[in-house]
Amino acid sequence: MKALEIKGLKKSFRSNFLIRRYDILKGIDLDVEPGEIYGFLGPNGAGKTTTIKCVLGLLRADAGEVSVAGQPAASVEARRRIGFLPENPFFYDYLSAREYLRFATSLFAIPQAEADGRIAALIHRVGLSGHEDLKLRKYSKGMIQRLGLAQAMINDPELLILDEPFSGLDPVGRKDLRTLIFSLREQGKTIFFSSHILQDMELMVDRVGIILGGTIRRQGRLSEMVERSTQYYEVVCDRIAPRELAQIQGDFASRDGHFILTLPSEGDVNLVVESIIHNGGRIVAVTPVKMTLEDIFFSEMAGGAPPAPTSRSGETGGGAR
Amino acid sequence: MNPGIRGIAVNTFRESARNKMFYLLVFFGVLFALSSRLVSFLTLGDAMKVLKDTGLAAINFFCVLIAIFTGINLVYKEVEKKTVLAILSKPVRRDEFILGKFLGLALTMLAALAAMAAIFFAFILLNGGGFDWRILLYFAMLFLELLVIIAVSLLFSAFTTPILAFIFTVSLYLIGHVMWTYNEFKALLRAPAMKVLSEILYYLLPNLDKFNIKNEVVLGTAPGAATILYTVLYGAVYTAALLALAVLIFRRREFQ
Ligand SMILES: Nc1ncnc2c1ncn2[C@@H]1O[C@H](COP(=O)(O)OP(=O)(O)OP(=O)(O)O)[C@@H](O)[C@H]1O
Ligand SMILES: [Mg+2]
Repeated sequence: MKALEIKGLKKSFRSNFLIRRYDILKGIDLDVEPGEIYGFLGPNGAGKTTTIKCVLGLLRADAGEVSVAGQPAASVEARRRIGFLPENPFFYDYLSAREYLRFATSLFAIPQAEADGRIAALIHRVGLSGHEDLKLRKYSKGMIQRLGLAQAMINDPELLILDEPFSGLDPVGRKDLRTLIFSLREQGKTIFFSSHILQDMELMVDRVGIILGGTIRRQGRLSEMVERSTQYYEVVCDRIAPRELAQIQGDFASRDGHFILTLPSEGDVNLVVESIIHNGGRIVAVTPVKMTLEDIFFSEMAGGAPPAPTSRSGETGGGAR
Repeated sequence: MNPGIRGIAVNTFRESARNKMFYLLVFFGVLFALSSRLVSFLTLGDAMKVLKDTGLAAINFFCVLIAIFTGINLVYKEVEKKTVLAILSKPVRRDEFILGKFLGLALTMLAALAAMAAIFFAFILLNGGGFDWRILLYFAMLFLELLVIIAVSLLFSAFTTPILAFIFTVSLYLIGHVMWTYNEFKALLRAPAMKVLSEILYYLLPNLDKFNIKNEVVLGTAPGAATILYTVLYGAVYTAALLALAVLIFRRREFQ
């Protein structure tokens, strides 16, 4: 059973006068396996937050099915198993972190005795120790984000849905969050998080789904996506005359006394390397250059249909709300 | 009680309890109630009667003010500041959210009213008056009216901005207090369609005058048990209907 499954999710917004309709999600299909870290990647305005809000029932989808561990996501039962961190979260600023978390436990009917221990542990886990009794209006952005993570974990959920969890965090905070997410996976939790920051994704996710223009363009294991995409090989050599090298391989660059050749396939590499050695040259390095997530991302952005929602967002942004 | 409703009610109460504006309004309510002593010096006639009359009116006014100002923000602020996202993504149903908000504000008003009433009773005793259970009945009826007002403002808060909600709520409040002129108004209408419409409207608009028993209380009388029972029922049904409507509207809402 999938931890999260979205089938044919569609969502459109209407402009103020109900005249124009903007199709934001045009049939999202994705599935998240239990126990994995799933990265939901897409540029600004691609529809990540919209998708997540439809999953949680905060927005009403026009069409499609969403299930969490086999149950319809809209059900109260499903929401017991989910922890959610909203994008740029905001919590009651007249409460302290401890008070807010206590409020959260009350919504789950967690008994007081158990709640206090859990809250103390979570405060420590997200790195808010020492600030737990400070009113939230005195919290910094990163501290709010940490509290947001704590409240998402308050019910010990099987599935964590985190919308831009890294935003507002400094490098230490980002590292802490990575560690936290890994430890959650170790506990057997499933983590689904959105981001447009490739570096965050590349370092952590098991699988990735790329959303663009309201559809999922690619989904799969990050390792496979990257593996299958070895683009070319780079051969670095020296101690050979440029003229001789040009006869072996016409196209090369030189840098710091080295020559750099770019070769499309393994077969070419063998031939070229042999010829260079044969001509008295020295091989300094042979490197297979793989596509990074960034390359994949940009090739998707360039390859497909124009990224409609982003270009449209400026126009509709305030007016349609 | 359902954990969601209770959690939200307690938190709503706590929000008011930590709001300086709330204490300020309660303070002014008390201040104006006590200043009825001055009025009773200046007017002719039964000083105690004037004292009660003016004092109760002051408490009434400030309670209504607190109820409206808190009520019109109740749901709107949660949606606007996005605090609602982290709540409705937990196992809290939308009707539980609305009911929790309502009960939280009801609790707030109960606390405010109790504080004002206690001070007012003490004040009457100090001025040589006796304890009059009718005044207690007056406060009970006022609380019932406040429940209706909270439900009205909550309903508007569920789909519109505080400014509009304020205008709507105050309009309904004012109309609700001139419902005794409604029959004269109806008599002015000629067209049968208008007559039917006005009849329907009569039952839809809140008849808030029913809750105001100040004149009787000040004169030392009180409505009979049957009238009171009817008023309580009316308040309960009217409030429940408003809340049901608020839930219906809130269920349809989307949260950006
Ligand atoms: N109420 C609305 N009316 C009209 N358009 C909307 C509305 N809400 C969102 N949109 C549009 O939907 C698109 C997707 O928005 P969404 O917030 O899901 O993007 P996102 O992928 O989360 O982006 P980001 O990375 O910036 O958070 C945007 O183009 C946005 O302008
Ligand atoms: Mg977003």
